[in-house]
Order: sequence, then structure tokens, then C-alpha cells
Amino acid sequence: MARKNKILEKSLSERVTTTIFIALVVSFFMLPLLWLILAPFDGAPSYRLKIPHFGLQNFEEMKLNPYAYRSLMNSAFFSAGTGLMVILVGAPASYVLSRVKFKGRDSFLYLLLLFSSIVTGSAAMVPLFLLALRLNILDTYHGVILVLTGGLIPAAIFILKDFTDSIPKSYEESAQIFGASSFRILKDIVTPVIRPGLAVIFVWSFVQAWGNFLVPFILIRDINKQPGAVMMYSFYNEGGQAVIRLVAAFSFLYTIPVVLMYFYVNRKYGFRFYGGIKG
Amino acid sequence: MSVVKIEKITKVFAGGVRALDGLDLTINDGEFFALLGPSGCGKTTLLRTLGGLEAPTSGAISIDEKDVTWVSPGARNIAMVFQDYALYPHMNVRDNISYPLKVKKFSKEEIEKRVSHAAKALSIESLLERRPGQISGGQQQRVAVARAMACTPNLYLFDEPLSNLDARLRLEARTFLKQLQRELGVTTILVTHDQSEALALADRMAVMDKGQIKQIGSPAEFFHRPQNTFVAAFIGSTPMNLLDGVIKSSAVQVGANTFAIPALAQGKVSEGQEVVFGVRPEYVTLSSAAGIGIATGAVKVTENLGTHYLVSAECNGILFRGTVPDGNEPKLGSIVHLTPEASRTLLYDKTSGNLI
Amino acid sequence: MSIKTRSDSRAAKPGNSVLNGRAAAFFLSPATIFIIIFLLVPAVWTLYLGITDYKLTGFSAANPQIIWFDNFQKALHDPQFLSSLKVTLIFTLGSAIFGQAVVGFILAWVLSNVSKRVRSTVELIVICAWIVPSSVVSFLWVAFLNGDQGTLNMLTGLNIQWLIKYPLVSIIIFNIWRGTAFSMLLFSAAIASIPKSHIEVARVAGASKLQQLRHIILPSARSFILTNLLLISLWTFNDFGPYLLTGGGPGGKTELLSIFVYNSALRYLDFGYGSAIAALMLMMNLAISLIVIRAGKKNR
Repeated sequence: MARKNKILEKSLSERVTTTIFIALVVSFFMLPLLWLILAPFDGAPSYRLKIPHFGLQNFEEMKLNPYAYRSLMNSAFFSAGTGLMVILVGAPASYVLSRVKFKGRDSFLYLLLLFSSIVTGSAAMVPLFLLALRLNILDTYHGVILVLTGGLIPAAIFILKDFTDSIPKSYEESAQIFGASSFRILKDIVTPVIRPGLAVIFVWSFVQAWGNFLVPFILIRDINKQPGAVMMYSFYNEGGQAVIRLVAAFSFLYTIPVVLMYFYVNRKYGFRFYGGIKG
Repeated sequence: MSVVKIEKITKVFAGGVRALDGLDLTINDGEFFALLGPSGCGKTTLLRTLGGLEAPTSGAISIDEKDVTWVSPGARNIAMVFQDYALYPHMNVRDNISYPLKVKKFSKEEIEKRVSHAAKALSIESLLERRPGQISGGQQQRVAVARAMACTPNLYLFDEPLSNLDARLRLEARTFLKQLQRELGVTTILVTHDQSEALALADRMAVMDKGQIKQIGSPAEFFHRPQNTFVAAFIGSTPMNLLDGVIKSSAVQVGANTFAIPALAQGKVSEGQEVVFGVRPEYVTLSSAAGIGIATGAVKVTENLGTHYLVSAECNGILFRGTVPDGNEPKLGSIVHLTPEASRTLLYDKTSGNLI
Repeated sequence: MSIKTRSDSRAAKPGNSVLNGRAAAFFLSPATIFIIIFLLVPAVWTLYLGITDYKLTGFSAANPQIIWFDNFQKALHDPQFLSSLKVTLIFTLGSAIFGQAVVGFILAWVLSNVSKRVRSTVELIVICAWIVPSSVVSFLWVAFLNGDQGTLNMLTGLNIQWLIKYPLVSIIIFNIWRGTAFSMLLFSAAIASIPKSHIEVARVAGASKLQQLRHIILPSARSFILTNLLLISLWTFNDFGPYLLTGGGPGGKTELLSIFVYNSALRYLDFGYGSAIAALMLMMNLAISLIVIRAGKKNR
């Protein structure tokens, strides 16, 4: 019996410790999260986890708050705008950086990425505020979108360039030999093949913008323009028991899009292009 | 149909890499020309320069007497098939083949005609609606050729078109390609690192090494009279015997063996000259006894080549190879007498590597 | 079809990529502009503001003076700043280096040996903690740690106001919970990149799981470990998230540097002083990066 166990990859004690460890980890991570699935649908939600009296009253009540649903729209607008901007600015730059070789190109990119990790939102919040003030984009939709885009561009370019590198140059070269103009090549060949990469970057930027608290917190004063991130904070920071219904419903609606997007990207992950070259 | 002339083409890349070194080459109208050489020899760079994807540092290229050195690739009326086929993944086969025609602004009817003609010639009619990702490697290769064919260019450039195919497919595709080129009669330049492929396909070929052309000629010339030791070692499915030796009393002394000086080298060598003695194992046979011009030694390895065995024997300090018909293979360790066919022996100068 | 010998100006010349120099510059310009305006300018401006006495209101707003290193002197003698610095360092060391990295690695290692189903499920749960937006997870923990009705007190039978009694520990645990997913994923990739044959050779030679870990997995994963440490240290050092849980309190006990900058500059409107602290943060970020990169270059 003991000999059989020795040959098997895992001993009994190993299995037991692994199981206990995983159980602890899962509980640790799940406990705070469970509230998010239970409380929103609970007729009488409280801070703690409990079996819900199922009902959708909380969502109905959310409509009573004049700013709740509106802030979700704002979030959607900010996030989509950022996603779009990142692609429009980042894709051409990534293409050039991928195709045109110049001395020190790779170290330049690493430096850029490093630089963007050093100059964080927290460290730069004062100039960003003053910049927005001076450029007259404080408390505006486009101001927030621009600032968010600026922060995401280096990483987006890094990822997109990597993706573009994997697209064979022979696609463009064969078109050149056939006499296609540069514009034609970009339109007919490069853009369609880059699309999966663009989709991933759009979603990534969208998710980053959706959850970003600091930038709208600093730049937006008008409560009608506040996105969900800041609105959520104001709901529970004001205190009082009555707010829990609102918080519960809102957190659920505010979280769902991000979770769905994550799973969408996860499923499509791996930058497959519809198979030009096999193997 | 075009004559391609390359004059003193030099290409130096950033960093000082001399990929092409003052090359001169003329390719005749309708010829199937192969550029052969090891990786990094410059053959692909030359092809790409011909295609206009690289600009030469100096020199000139002309097609049909017209200087095209600085003409953009699209205006040269050529077609190129890349090693990875470069089939656009978001278009189906039909659109892939018609894309160049759309770019060149052919009419819809003309495009339709050319696409069906090319598809028929390459037997891919049933694949027209499929995407590149849905067809096999061999089929992809034919689509790439069809796309090149459809625009009836004056010159075809093939960059290792068979390298990505499985061994068996490669041989079939080889025959197919040769036949196709014969029928089309268009000048074709093919780059490959596979010497058997070049020998099989080409009307004429050139071997390159480190940016220079080592020899130009017909496949037969390459096989029977390689002009230098580099080419001699490169060509041939079985490794050629290339052994260091010295001229001594009007004979070639290789190790402790003596061979006769090849007829063509008679009178061109001097006593004491360091040479390289060459002969293909296919022209080395077994004799019954030792003698002058015969290497005797113990068999070290025998390799089965199907109809023949390749016998490697240790003969007085040298490793000599010969072939023996299937059925007569000697035992390991037994003594054999290897006789090279005198008319097939070659002599090279040791220092320059050139044929004497 | 004949050859056009006059070069077609619209098509790219031989040897060029698809884009000529002008088009390439045009493609790069929007990104360059963004990087200059939103990365370069703020970095330099922070450094500049740090040496002025600029305030948003009052006399100094109209006439900011350069006061050189006065702000930095002030900071070094400011007990609130020193406390904030200490808090931030403890927070970073505790939650990033000893927290996320270690837990993430152990998780990645344990999960590499279990069935695919178990692995996907556990990963999913850990990742959820990472992708749920920060405002929401902050509330989830406010609720979890609530003194009267929080789930933690419910489960342990205790009656502690966690965020008030043990604020720093709470945010450290919170941050570990929040960020472990990244380290876990990174290390999973690191472990997966080790050829199975390497591990199997060791197994056949009789190495125990721990020995395999020490001799094969850890050395192979070295570059991943360093990259991971660099990123999570920077992120954690600059993290503003705990603001949503504690606002920096109680009594500055969780006032991270990012929160300190926010309070100085955007609440008390002392832009000069706030920027000086931010400039210090920038320099510390740079220092962290250099240290980790230097450590990576050694032993190559």
C-alpha cells in the first residue's frame, strides 16, 4: 500500500495540504465578493452576508436617484471615448514603430513604458489638474477622455506593436509588388488583419477607464458629469443605512459590464487571425 | 518574356553588412533560373532587390533593356511568391487572386476571366470560396502561384516557395512547378537553399556565398565540374570526397594514397603544390585488388541509400567514400579497394579553392 | 503590359516600407503629442512646481516665487509627511512584496499541480477580486469589515471596528486581496514556460517538490519575478485606492503618499508643497525602477 503511494505523484499529506490551502484561499477571496451577488437582489440588504429575500426593488429604487443611472451613462461615454481615442492614436503609431526600424527603437519603447510607470496619476495629479485648468478642459467630458488616453497610450502602443510585429511583412510587400498604393495597402490589408488586436486594446482601455477613480475625481465637479466610479464612492461615503439599497443595486450594475468584457476578451484571447498561414 | 540584367549590384546594410558584392548576372528570356546558397549568402537579398523591395547601394538592374533600378516595385510588371505565401487571411481565395488585378484596374469581366484561367491551370477551382486558413499548405502554395499568374507578369520571383511544404508534397510541387514554367514560358527566378531542388528545376543556376556569386552555369555543369571547393561541397546529395593533397612526382599524394592527376589539370600544376582532390562517391567503385590510383582501407560506416550503399573507409589516413550496388555491401571492418573513375576526378588549388 | 520607367511618385520607392518618411511622421505625431502633453509635461511641471510656493488662492497664486528647496526642507521636518512616508513604505512592503508576490507565487505553484477544472475555478475567483472596479471593492470591504454588521465580525464572533482599530493592517490585507491575481497570472506564465522535461529530469533524479521549486522553478522564473516586483512595487507605492476605504484616516494612520499629495495640493490648495511631495514620489519611483533593473542585469 505504501509502495503504491510512493509511485503516485502525490502523497496523501500533499493532497491534504493542497486542499486545505486552496479552500482557505477560495474562502478568503470569495467572502467579500459574495455580497455583490446576494445583496443587490435582497429586499432588505445589510452590510453583512445573508440569505436574500429575492426581489428587484433595489434596482427600482435606484431610478429614484437622479444621478445613478446617469452616471452609468457617463461611465459608458468616458470609457467608449477613451477606447476609441486610444485606438485612433495608438494604432498608427504602433504600425510605424513595428515596420520602420531605427536605431534604438526597442530601448526607446522600453524606456517609454518605464516612463509611463514612473509618472503615475498620483504623482502627476497636480500638473494634470493645472493643465486641465489652463487648457479649459476642466469639468468636461473630453478633458477626462484625453487625460485617460494619455495615461494608457504607452502601454497600448507597446502591446499593439508587439501584435503588429506578428503580422508578416510579406502581406504588405506582396501588395507593393502588385502595385498597390500605400493608402490602399493600409486600407485593404493592414487594417483588416490588425482588427483583433484593435478590439482587445479597445476593450482593455474601456475597462481601465470604467474603473478609474482618480482622474474624474480630480477633474470633474459637475455631478451630472460624474461617472460611476466617483458616484459609487459618494453613495457610501455619505453614510446612513438607507443608502445600502442604492449601493447594492448600483454596484451590481456598475460591475457587470466589466466582468462581461473580461470574459469576452478571455475567450478571444490569443490574437488569432483568421488563418493566413497554417502551422 | 524578359531578359534580366544585373550589373555590379552592391548592397550594404546599416552596420556594414555587405549582403551583395558587385554582382553581374544575365538571365535569359524564358529561363528558369535558380539562386542557390546557404543561409545568409545574399540570395534572398538579391531577389528582393530585383523585386524592388530593397534598393541597391550601387549598381543597375534592367529588365528588357530598360533600367528599373529606381522604378517602384509595382511598376515593374513582375510577380513574387513569398516563402509564407502572403495570402490575405481576411479574403477568400478568389479575392486573393483577383486583388492584384483590382489594384491594376482591370475590368470585372477581365478579372473574372483571368481568375478562372489561373484557378484552372492550378487545379484550385473548388477552393475559390474558401479562406486561406481553411486550405492545406500545398493548396495555399498553389493559390499564391495562381495570384502571381493572374496578372501575366514579365518576370516571376519565387522566394523558397517549396520550403514550407512536407517532404513528399515538396517533390510533387517541384514537378508541378517545372511543368508550369515550361508552359508559361515566362522568365522565372527561384531562390532556394536546397541544392537538389535547384538542380532539378533550373535551366541555369548560380551559387552564392557571402554576397558573391561562386559559379553560374547549367545544373549539369555544377554537378560534373564545380568551379571551386565551395560549390563542390555544396552540390550533390552525397558529400563529395574533397581531400587535401600535394603534387609529388606527377601524381596527387593524398595521405599515403596516390592518385593520377586529372586530364584537364595536366600541365597546370607544379611539384609540391598544395591541392584538393575531388571525386563524387557515385563515381567511386570497389575493385578487387589494390593498385595505383586506388585507395585501400577498412570500412568504417555503410549507409543504405536504397539502390546503393555509401561506403566510408579509412584509407591510410584519409576518409574515402564510394558507392556499392545494393547487395554487394561490404562488412564493417573489412578491407576494401576504392577506385575513382579517372575522368570524373577534379583537382582544386588549395589556397584559392579554384578548379585547376 | 510594359514597364513604366518614370517612377510612380505615389507608390513607395524601392527599398522603402509602405510608409515614406513624411507619412511615418504623420502617423507618429498624435501619439507623440499625447505623450508629451500628458506624460512629459506633467513630469517636468511637477518638478518645477515643487520648487515654488504656488498656491491656488491668495497672494502666491498671482505671484508664485521660486523657493528652491524650501518645500523639501519643510517636508523633511513635517511629521505628517514622515508618517505618510513610513505608512507608504510599510504598505508597499507588506502588501506588494510580502503579500501579493508571495501569495501569488505560492498560488501559481500549487495550482500548476492540480486538475484543470480546479485551477480554472480558483483562478476565476481570484481574478474577480482584481477586475471588479475599485469603488465597488472598496465598499465590499467597508461592508465586510464593518464593526456592527460586517461579515468578518459575524464569522469570528468579534466586535472590532477593523478600519478604525487596525487601519493599516486592514488596507494591507485588502490590497493583497485586490492585487494577488496579477502576480498569480504572471507566475503561472513563468512556470508554464519551463519545459516539462526540466522538471521531469529532476523528478526522475529523486528531487522532492520543494527541491524542484528551489533548484529549477525559482531560477527559471527569475526575470518574471523581477518584472513582477518592479510593476507591483510601483503600482502599490503610488496607489490611491485605499482612499476609498479610509480616506487616509483615522488620524493619518493610512495616509499614503498619494493621499497626502491630494490633501496638500487639492484640498488645502498648497500646490507648491503638494508638488514637492509628488516630485519626491517621482524620484522614488525612478529609484525603485533602477534598483530592480540593476538587480536584473546582475547575474545575467
